Amino acid sequence: RGLLTRLNTPICIVCYLAAIVWFMGLAFEPFTLRTDMSENAMGSTMVLLRGASAVPRQGVRSSQKTGAVSTWLVKAMQSRGLEVFTQSFSRKLPFPDENKERYMVRGTNVYGILRAPRAPRTEALVISAPCSPGDSNNQAVGLLLALAQYFRNQVYWAKDIIFLVNEHDLMGTQAWLEAYHHTNITGMEYSPLQGRGGSIQAALSLELSSDVITSLDLILDGLNGQLPNLDLANLFYAFCQKLGVLCTIQGKLQRNDWDTAEGYTHAAQTMMLMVLKQACGRSWGDHGLFLRYHIEAASVRGINSFRHYKTDAATIGRLLEGMVRKLNNLLERLHQSYFFYLLPSLSRFVSIGCYMPAFGLLVVILLLRALDLWVHLGAPALAAVEGVTEAQQPSGPAVLTVLTPVVISHLTGVALYLLPVHLQEMAVEHFPVSETEAVVLTAVAIYTTGLALPHNTQRLLSGEGTEQGWKVLKLTALLYLAVLLGCTALINFSLGFVLAVTLVPITASMTPHMPKALSALVMVLLSPAFTILYCVFIYQELIEAPVSVSEGWMLFLSVISQGILDHALYGSLVYPLLALFIYPCWLMFWNILFWS
Amino acid sequence: MAAPLTLLLIVAVTIRAVLFRSSWAELISERVEVVSPLNAWKRVVEGLALLDLGVSPYSGDVFHETPFMIYLFHFVVDYAEIVFMVSPGLVFCLSRFLTSLYLFRKQKYALESDRYPADCLELLRSPKEMFYIPLKVAMFYLLNPFTILSCVAKSTCGLNNAIIALFILCTLKGSALLSGILLALATYQSIYPLTLFAPALLFFLQRLYIPVNLRRSSFWFFTLQYAFIYVGSLVVITGLSFFLLGSWDFIPSVYGFIFSVPDLTPNIGLFWYFFAEMFEHFRLFFICVFQINVFFYTIPLSIKLKEHPVFLIFMQIAIISIFKSYPTVGDVALYMAFLPAWSHLYRFLRNIFLVSCVLLACSALFPVLWHLWIYAGSANSNFYYAITLLFNFGQILLVSDYFYAYLRREHHLTHGLYLKKKDGTEATLVLK
Repeated sequence: RGLLTRLNTPICIVCYLAAIVWFMGLAFEPFTLRTDMSENAMGSTMVLLRGASAVPRQGVRSSQKTGAVSTWLVKAMQSRGLEVFTQSFSRKLPFPDENKERYMVRGTNVYGILRAPRAPRTEALVISAPCSPGDSNNQAVGLLLALAQYFRNQVYWAKDIIFLVNEHDLMGTQAWLEAYHHTNITGMEYSPLQGRGGSIQAALSLELSSDVITSLDLILDGLNGQLPNLDLANLFYAFCQKLGVLCTIQGKLQRNDWDTAEGYTHAAQTMMLMVLKQACGRSWGDHGLFLRYHIEAASVRGINSFRHYKTDAATIGRLLEGMVRKLNNLLERLHQSYFFYLLPSLSRFVSIGCYMPAFGLLVVILLLRALDLWVHLGAPALAAVEGVTEAQQPSGPAVLTVLTPVVISHLTGVALYLLPVHLQEMAVEHFPVSETEAVVLTAVAIYTTGLALPHNTQRLLSGEGTEQGWKVLKLTALLYLAVLLGCTALINFSLGFVLAVTLVPITASMTPHMPKALSALVMVLLSPAFTILYCVFIYQELIEAPVSVSEGWMLFLSVISQGILDHALYGSLVYPLLALFIYPCWLMFWNILFWS
Repeated sequence: MAAPLTLLLIVAVTIRAVLFRSSWAELISERVEVVSPLNAWKRVVEGLALLDLGVSPYSGDVFHETPFMIYLFHFVVDYAEIVFMVSPGLVFCLSRFLTSLYLFRKQKYALESDRYPADCLELLRSPKEMFYIPLKVAMFYLLNPFTILSCVAKSTCGLNNAIIALFILCTLKGSALLSGILLALATYQSIYPLTLFAPALLFFLQRLYIPVNLRRSSFWFFTLQYAFIYVGSLVVITGLSFFLLGSWDFIPSVYGFIFSVPDLTPNIGLFWYFFAEMFEHFRLFFICVFQINVFFYTIPLSIKLKEHPVFLIFMQIAIISIFKSYPTVGDVALYMAFLPAWSHLYRFLRNIFLVSCVLLACSALFPVLWHLWIYAGSANSNFYYAITLLFNFGQILLVSDYFYAYLRREHHLTHGLYLKKKDGTEATLVLK
């Protein structure tokens, strides 16, 4: 213990550097594991693929002009021998979504059920394709219908197969899933489902953005950073290999030259993209909402990257057929392989045991600092005991000085969480801004006001802060942050790690005795809001679409509005986490800096 | 003193009332950490419904409360919230008396301080410190998140705690009759308080200046007297239950349920995972091993702490809450309420930082890992059990730390605070 106290600062610095190096090393191929099919029911035999083609995409396109997609779809599905049902839903967004230009949403989901001929109908698989007016996902809908026609004539289905065409992408999926499971978490209005299959075992979502497909991208990141079982990714990869289809993850092809610098950078970039996407906690495809219901799901997105190598619809059909048939063979839910992983490429993965130490090293810093403070707090007490008879005792006022900033910080957090959406009408009346801008700017304004608040009120309430006071506060805040980050990282590793990387250095080193202006600047630059801003820039850099500062700022604002919307619409937890916990925690440290 | 206590009471009641009315109450009452199959309110309601229909509440495998409890709620079911509000209030009153009484006893030590070496004066508490202790005990119990959760979930654990608290109160007041009756009632509620018989007996013996000596007739006389009160009231209570229900159904359904642990719903205890993994034909053996754990420590602890029965009560309650078959956070809260009473041990504690970190982290991790296991499906029971183990490890460390600190303080009181070895260097104490 003595050693830990004396060498506290060097140990912390070493831990921090080690964490960063460890994390970056995860992308290095020799440290990663090769993905391997773990599920026996899917692994041993390759199914024989015959293939479905003949894509009736003309119909979708022509009926879209007349605006009667759902009636056309019902007919088309019925003619292929499915049990067809529709579901209508409507939802008023808390404020207009400017990215997708929608406010009052009204739509219809169409789904057809192919009943399993070979088994009791207790389990089901879902193949879904989002289809909105004006959207160009016609290819996928066509492919879906072709698959339905082909599957109808096969006899080996042991699970119901549900073909779902959902309108308004995620919102349609949300309405359908909530109706299927008889829940209502987000206050959406929808009509109940008329027909149902068994419990859904797995789902695939199909997005083909253009007529020409050169590669297929697999999207795994779901709501709140949840990932499907790794076996689903393995399955996709195995069939892509078999059929000779180019497959990517995060839009990045796999490279084989891991021992060169470029190869490593490439893998690191892929992994960083995954971390950033996962950290933002939104669902990056329709599959993301299935994961919440314990359904393994992934999105397959066809991409036209103008390569020479083209994949025709029949091949994609065969690929999907293969995947569905393998899933059809499942005897129980996918559970053999990993649920917590990072993918530097499709054939390599980093499991939880490998990446957690990187995060652990960061949290250890917080605990070490807390231990150090604890020893320092105990030392004067012991000294007093040796000198005089009276023992040190934590008195009432000391508790109060610590409690006040904690409560005030959390109240600010609650304001940040509640006010933006509730105050939008008032803001629109008084300022020349749209509703969305009003929400985002209110959030930014409250965030900034929070910086001015705590230390002023603290001075007002309790007068002179003592040396012991800030130490106790810092001890509390450090433990609080450590527990908070730990819990976050368990649910969403990437979010926890990104927050830890930026928050740990300032929180570990913050004392009131540092030069005020400089450390205040550093603290603001490493605050949660700026972390989001950096993530936006890094993300744009990684997808090879760098942006200027002003564009970056606009993107930042839209990311915030998306975050708030995701919380309201789908129950994403990132916004409440940041507003109610991380931000108040950061404010406590801000308070320590201005302890007087 | 009265003003802060009233304020505290108002704050505590407000928090509970707000939570009762909020949408969280339902969520909390479903948490496995807060309610167990024994004390879940949902099950009590089920039992009441069966009783109203004229069916034995113990038919079926849902209700496991004692007959007294169900008849109590039969009359006050409409005021259930108030009952649950009152039960911590009872504990609160007790805590006041408990500490003040106990501490006055301690003050006697202070008066007799010339018995001790001079440098030990600082180990004795000044009356001013003791003055605040009832307030602290009340605060520790009433504002403990564990108690609040348990109360909002309407877990009957709060009532059991109140009975145990009343028992301690009566014991400290010196009323052997009431103490015996309440102890019987507590035993009737959940069996395990049986182990509190030893400390209560020791306390009365000490109070009446009867030495613990097997050859003295006065010792045997009092022991038999107290045992008679205890066993007699236990028989009366059980008999009354039989007459209330008209059958002995409740014996297997309540006590059989506690002993044989058929319900393996995850909780914060050590039983569920172990018995879920167990081969069926070793089950009986391991049940015996696990249950004996609770009772086994009574004997060595009673011998070691025979001069300090109040501390022994604390140790026993802590051990019960760690090793019982269906523990909830409400049980943990009961023994944590005692901690401020031992604030004079604070300087001898070695691991308090580690322990508080562990308990804090575990309390946060329980719901997170539960979410990952049950809802997200990405973790599994092993993760949750790991946290359970860690939580219990923290508790055991806490208790043993206090035990060690208590013994060490006693040692210092008799031998002086600054021990020197023969060669003049500072000595360290080793617990043996």
